[in-house]
Amino acid sequence: MTELLEPRAIGRGLVRRDGEAKVRGTATYAYETPVERPAYAFPVQATVARGRVTAVDTSAAEALDGVLAVLTHENAERLASTDDQELAVLQSAEVAFRGQLVGVVVAGTSELARQAADLVRVEYAVEEHDSELVVDHPALYKPEKVNPSFETDTAEGDVAAAMATAHATVEQTYSTAMYHNNPLEPHATTALWDPSAEVPLTVWDSTQGVHPDRAAVCEVFGLGQEQVRVICPYVGGGFGSKGTPHANVMLAVLAARAVPGRPVKLALTRQQMFFLAGYRTPTIQRMQLAADRTGRLQAIAIDVVEQTSRIKEFAEQTGVPTRMMYASPSRRTTHRLAPLDVPVPSWMRAPGECPGMFGPEVALDELAEALGIDPVELRIRNEPAVDPETGKPWSSRHLVECLREGAERFGWADRPPARHREGDWFVGTGVASSVYPTMRMATSEAVVRFENGRYVVEIGAADLGTGAWTVLPQIAADALDVPVDDVEVRIGDTRLPEASVAGGSSGTNTWGSAITVAAREFRAKFGRDPGDGDEVSGSVDQAAMDDTRAAYAFGAQFAEVRVNADTGELRVPRLYGVFAAGRIINPRTARSQLIGGMTMGLSMALHENSVWDPRIGQVANHDLAEYHVTVNADVGDVQAHWLDEHDPYVNAMGSKGIGEIGITGTAAAVVNAVHRATGVRVRDLPVTLDKVLPGLS
Amino acid sequence: MKPFAFARPGSVAEAVRQVAAEPGAVFLGGGTNLVDHLKLGVATPELVVDVRRLTSREISDLPDGGLRLGAATTNSEVAADRRVRERYPVLAQALLAGATGQLRNLATTGGNPLQRTRCVYFQDVTTACNKREPGSGCSAVNGYTRYHAVLGVPSAMPDPTAPETCIATHPSDMAVALAALDAVVHVLGPAGERTIPFGELHRLPGDDPSRDTVLGHGELVTAIDLPPLPDGARSAYRKVRDRASYAFALVSVAAVVAGDSTSERTVRIALGGVAHKPWRAARAEELLRGTPLTEHAVGHAMGVELTTAQPQPGIDGGNGFKIPLATRTVVATLRDLTRET
Repeated sequence: MTELLEPRAIGRGLVRRDGEAKVRGTATYAYETPVERPAYAFPVQATVARGRVTAVDTSAAEALDGVLAVLTHENAERLASTDDQELAVLQSAEVAFRGQLVGVVVAGTSELARQAADLVRVEYAVEEHDSELVVDHPALYKPEKVNPSFETDTAEGDVAAAMATAHATVEQTYSTAMYHNNPLEPHATTALWDPSAEVPLTVWDSTQGVHPDRAAVCEVFGLGQEQVRVICPYVGGGFGSKGTPHANVMLAVLAARAVPGRPVKLALTRQQMFFLAGYRTPTIQRMQLAADRTGRLQAIAIDVVEQTSRIKEFAEQTGVPTRMMYASPSRRTTHRLAPLDVPVPSWMRAPGECPGMFGPEVALDELAEALGIDPVELRIRNEPAVDPETGKPWSSRHLVECLREGAERFGWADRPPARHREGDWFVGTGVASSVYPTMRMATSEAVVRFENGRYVVEIGAADLGTGAWTVLPQIAADALDVPVDDVEVRIGDTRLPEASVAGGSSGTNTWGSAITVAAREFRAKFGRDPGDGDEVSGSVDQAAMDDTRAAYAFGAQFAEVRVNADTGELRVPRLYGVFAAGRIINPRTARSQLIGGMTMGLSMALHENSVWDPRIGQVANHDLAEYHVTVNADVGDVQAHWLDEHDPYVNAMGSKGIGEIGITGTAAAVVNAVHRATGVRVRDLPVTLDKVLPGLS
Repeated sequence: MKPFAFARPGSVAEAVRQVAAEPGAVFLGGGTNLVDHLKLGVATPELVVDVRRLTSREISDLPDGGLRLGAATTNSEVAADRRVRERYPVLAQALLAGATGQLRNLATTGGNPLQRTRCVYFQDVTTACNKREPGSGCSAVNGYTRYHAVLGVPSAMPDPTAPETCIATHPSDMAVALAALDAVVHVLGPAGERTIPFGELHRLPGDDPSRDTVLGHGELVTAIDLPPLPDGARSAYRKVRDRASYAFALVSVAAVVAGDSTSERTVRIALGGVAHKPWRAARAEELLRGTPLTEHAVGHAMGVELTTAQPQPGIDGGNGFKIPLATRTVVATLRDLTRET
């Protein structure tokens, strides 16, 4: 048990401290960093999916007045480490995927850099490529671990026997599409290499963590941490794609080192982001469910097939939520990867749980239908007393309460019958559960200092637009027992104490824990009347951690879907979520995160789809006109609610993390509602009108 | 991206002269499509001639009861004009179904119908495209065909290597409405003025997919006339797309129904999203002339209209769904137009 902070600032819906600067346009993002005489870099990308660069002609580019440097694998500096092949930019002639970096131009203006990049002529020895994920791909293999370090396969009991004898079974294959994170702010960097400076490399980068970003740059370029400073006060969204630096960051630094003393700006275009900034692998999920007459699961199994790149493995942990979500005596989860000639997949909002709560939650709906049991009730009947995976007790688990409150708010009991029609529209409702693990990173440090009558808290944390600028002062204020206005928090700079990545919904838990340790230590050391300059640092590893309990946030989502009887057009007038995510630090920013996650889940359900063209090896619809993200007109009444959940086991704030749970389960709720409306069960995302049309006549 | 010269001449005649004199010259209207193409390398002009301040920005009444839309009127202005909304609701609806508010504030009457296909391969200079680079082939065949044509294409499996192959669609919503309205395009070119019936402005790929329209080099659209509709005519635009806003049509329908009695009834139907040009469903219109617009009759007429339709296979399941969707959308649109009668 942890002694929870007495909530005074915590729990208040304070406005974003950075809100005014953003609305006024004075918040500077990485690309906008004011620097003297900036130069501009523009990448050259491979136009073949696999092969070798056999010749490069940079003469036309170099001949342009104002071009400062043209780098290719032939003349770029040798990097200190090429262990991470994604980051080993311009180090070899090999092309491992279409769109891979084969050069960069640095010039005095962005237009000139782009023009010159177009003039770089690259010849290739083309090799046959294989970029298409199929369920029986001959090269499927079992990765050693799945992201970040979960067991690849698990098994208990006898799934096959249960499937053979159970009263009801579901055996279906579900698939999720390839998705690209597409934050509003593109991946952008301003880098300055000044060998004469005390800190020779300064990188203003759009990143989810300045310290992890610096560590990667140091590794690749063989620099000491004291030689590199990374600065990032604001991020225009990341959704995981800025959680680990991608090749663009290394290219920007490489370009900067080629023009010492001259700051270099590099922003990926939206089209380039579809090759270079990570993405979510498509998944194929073979589900098996077996249940007795009352709906109690006898077996649950998920066998996942997904892809990775040949040059770097990323194994999305899609099967992981099936290990803990519901009670069942028999269980199996497996992951297999196809190594393909494709860009490197990576983190995207709720890796694992997002795709992994699609197949199982649709399969449960199919089971409910087969058994004639209400799908809310079916989930309640399979509530496990302890974590099925570890046998540990829950730190807190209120899924049943979320389902019940959601059903009440949504009016589930009075839902219309199947294939209900109102005018030109079929109407259906659906439900699914949500889950996300409560994580805390191992490393983070905070300093609390009394300065000019105020408390200054320093930690190299990141605010992705999510609210760290605002919620960390709330935590610090309560930990110090002072009004929140007396606290100033400084984040986003490697000159500040080391902080973990904003990922895994762990930021507030981790940084808040470190801040709380420092604040309590500060009070213990200096009392309530500190002197100017008094300071204390605290580390997250000094914070209490109860690993005897399984800690997760849970939720339930309810969707109303309307399907046009003539055209199959789909609309979602209502999407309600109820979550149990511990104590909510700031209702304003939390609601924004939750409805943002739910909307992104709706987008996954109906719209998002990186259409892979296996003939050429790239996403065909690689811009935001063709890659559809849900727009305002698609979003009806999206509501996020939460239970007042008390959890004394997770951390001093009692908070569980809310950045990702909103996207989990949403697509299943929508698909289940589409089935209720039309009788059509869509098992491959997205649900588009052509998939429901055959069921309408 | 490539440097280009930029000119802002003082008169329409001078603009036409400048473009006619330079084979690599283009007109710039609202720029909502051309500027994208400049960045992408899809368009590589030597000279860009800005005509935004030259052609008329007026919407004026014509003596016959029609309306003249100056080429520089914006999509927003035309959609908001009371006369357009009352007399040509199909056009106002089509305009508001297109793009976004910001784009409509820039896009012009002269430019909108001349926007180019959003075929993903046309827009990606690293792939083969006969429209962008004649003779290079067509990457869309067997590729991502969801937004591609089913009408006006030679077969269900065109030869992707043939120089004439193109299965692109025309993306404009406005153009579909103008086709149904039998609009007339005023053009000024090096050889003087001429008018073109809107239905003849756009062309099928034929043997030269690089040409979207019949306009010659240096010909500038100066105005578009909307002829009056018969008294009591009703019109509507229905756009079916993958999201509720800011998406191109999978199928769209512009329809005009006129005539007081069934025997006098005439129907005009134009389809978007299905062909290289706005597609007037002439055979269906003929079959429906003077008949009750029952779902059966409309479905039958559309079935005849679509007998030549060719579903295109593709990496995302192909576009065969457009054929039943077109019929269903026409049925629904005509049903809505005649609901109260």
